[in-house]
Amino acid sequence: MLNFPLVFVLRLVATLLHAALVFAVAPLLLGVVTKCRAWALGRRGPPFLQPYHHLYKCLRKSALVPETATELFAVWPVAVFLATGVAVLLVPGFCTGLLTAPLSDFITLIGLFAIARAAAMLGGLETGFGFGGAAAGREALFSVFAEAALLVVLLGFVLLAHSATVDGISVAFATGHIGISVSLGFALAALLAVALTETGRIPTDNPAGHLELAMVHEAMMLEYSGRFLLLLDYAAMLRLLLWMDLTGTIFLPFGMARADDILSWPGGLLLWVVKLGAMAAVLALFEVSTAKMRVFRVPEFLGAAMLLGILAGVFLFVAARIGS
Amino acid sequence: MTLTFSLAHLMGGILLLCGFLLLSQRRLAAMITLYQVQAFTLAAAAFWQGYAQSEVNLYLTGLITLALKAVLLPLGLREIVRRFNLTRAVETAMPMALSMLLGVGLIGIAVLVVLPTTMNAVSLTREDLAIALSVVLLGLLVMTSRRSALAQIIGFLSTENGLVLAAIGMPGMPFVAEFSVAMLVLLAFLVVGVFLLRIREHFDTLDVTGIEDIERRGR
Repeated sequence: MLNFPLVFVLRLVATLLHAALVFAVAPLLLGVVTKCRAWALGRRGPPFLQPYHHLYKCLRKSALVPETATELFAVWPVAVFLATGVAVLLVPGFCTGLLTAPLSDFITLIGLFAIARAAAMLGGLETGFGFGGAAAGREALFSVFAEAALLVVLLGFVLLAHSATVDGISVAFATGHIGISVSLGFALAALLAVALTETGRIPTDNPAGHLELAMVHEAMMLEYSGRFLLLLDYAAMLRLLLWMDLTGTIFLPFGMARADDILSWPGGLLLWVVKLGAMAAVLALFEVSTAKMRVFRVPEFLGAAMLLGILAGVFLFVAARIGS
Repeated sequence: MTLTFSLAHLMGGILLLCGFLLLSQRRLAAMITLYQVQAFTLAAAAFWQGYAQSEVNLYLTGLITLALKAVLLPLGLREIVRRFNLTRAVETAMPMALSMLLGVGLIGIAVLVVLPTTMNAVSLTREDLAIALSVVLLGLLVMTSRRSALAQIIGFLSTENGLVLAAIGMPGMPFVAEFSVAMLVLLAFLVVGVFLLRIREHFDTLDVTGIEDIERRGR
């Protein structure tokens, strides 16, 4: 390791670039998804930069605190934002081998999701307002199944890649010696179901919904305004990017750059943008072509995801036995 | 692992996924679409195996599957749904979660049964065989867990898809057998179609609980 400092500096620069990119691009990604969705419906849709305007507008407005709220009212949005922000830094985007790679343990990620979710739920309960409480209850119901499904899927990944970090899984899958296996297909289906639930997209929750009775993620932040709303909305945008990154790094690791090889960065960056754009388009098309399901159907949907994760594990054991 | 087997496994996986989703669907339209996707995948798998084993017969199997099961039968099923003006929700005989758990259990059993009994077979066909047996068992489970006669037929057809998957994976399966199975399924579908008409005339519904009542009274 003669050029150890150089490698370290490169990895540091890559990590900083990654951090800057994810925080800068997240609102744009939401804008792209919204635009694609509008196009698929034959509408013109808001401009791509609309989410930035929205965030700026939230920044300028004063934040109101309901009389019934406690002092902790202001804490929850910050907790949601921080937990999501840390998680988004851990998941590799355009390149692997970031400085955060050893920390990007899947269990850590699940824990960060849980912190963000718990804070959002407490924020919903904070004012004692009916819709917020109902939404928090629903979120709790969904999260039981979503987390279980995620853990089961993780089991399959660890067995395949011999690594529990997202970075390690991505590197192992990128080498391609694992090939196409049945269990990966099951794991993909399960992961996508969890991702749709976590980001509050259409089969489980409608991001564009304005009916309080049917809302989950939005209903928990109904009482927040001004800079609190900015934090919560920004966290939601980051979460969308985070899940796309996660899906992309695990299932489409092709062409990802390596942090200690600066020449591979432009290609990696370009492919990252292409992958995000493609996933945004697919998400928009999927959302347009499906209907939101009833709230009590969602545990069934996630239960199916969990069972698919279990099936992935079963077939891994089969493959292991056959291979021996 | 070569590309041949990877792709064959992938298609087998999609078939199994469709079989599993069939179990979790409540609506007839979605069930028919899933069955159609399954049949299309099966046709693709047959073509791929035909290419890999360079067998003309398998191409024929694929063509029959494509024409019959992926195009003709779903059209017929949709026509039945349209003509009978069926309520689109399917009555299930057991809770959805229970039937899905049973499905996973059945897949586990299929894997446990196939692996020891085929110890001497070519190693790469064994996983396919396990998948095929799972699809068959899942189809049977769909038949038992639904009350609507039409949903039961879809389960039956999906069972047959599993059988064909097992057949195309094995080198040296005579074409006559596959052809007669395909014809049998078509005939069975026609017969069942007539039966559906009769059930409908007598009970005004496709729910088979009516028949069970008569059976009980007859004893």
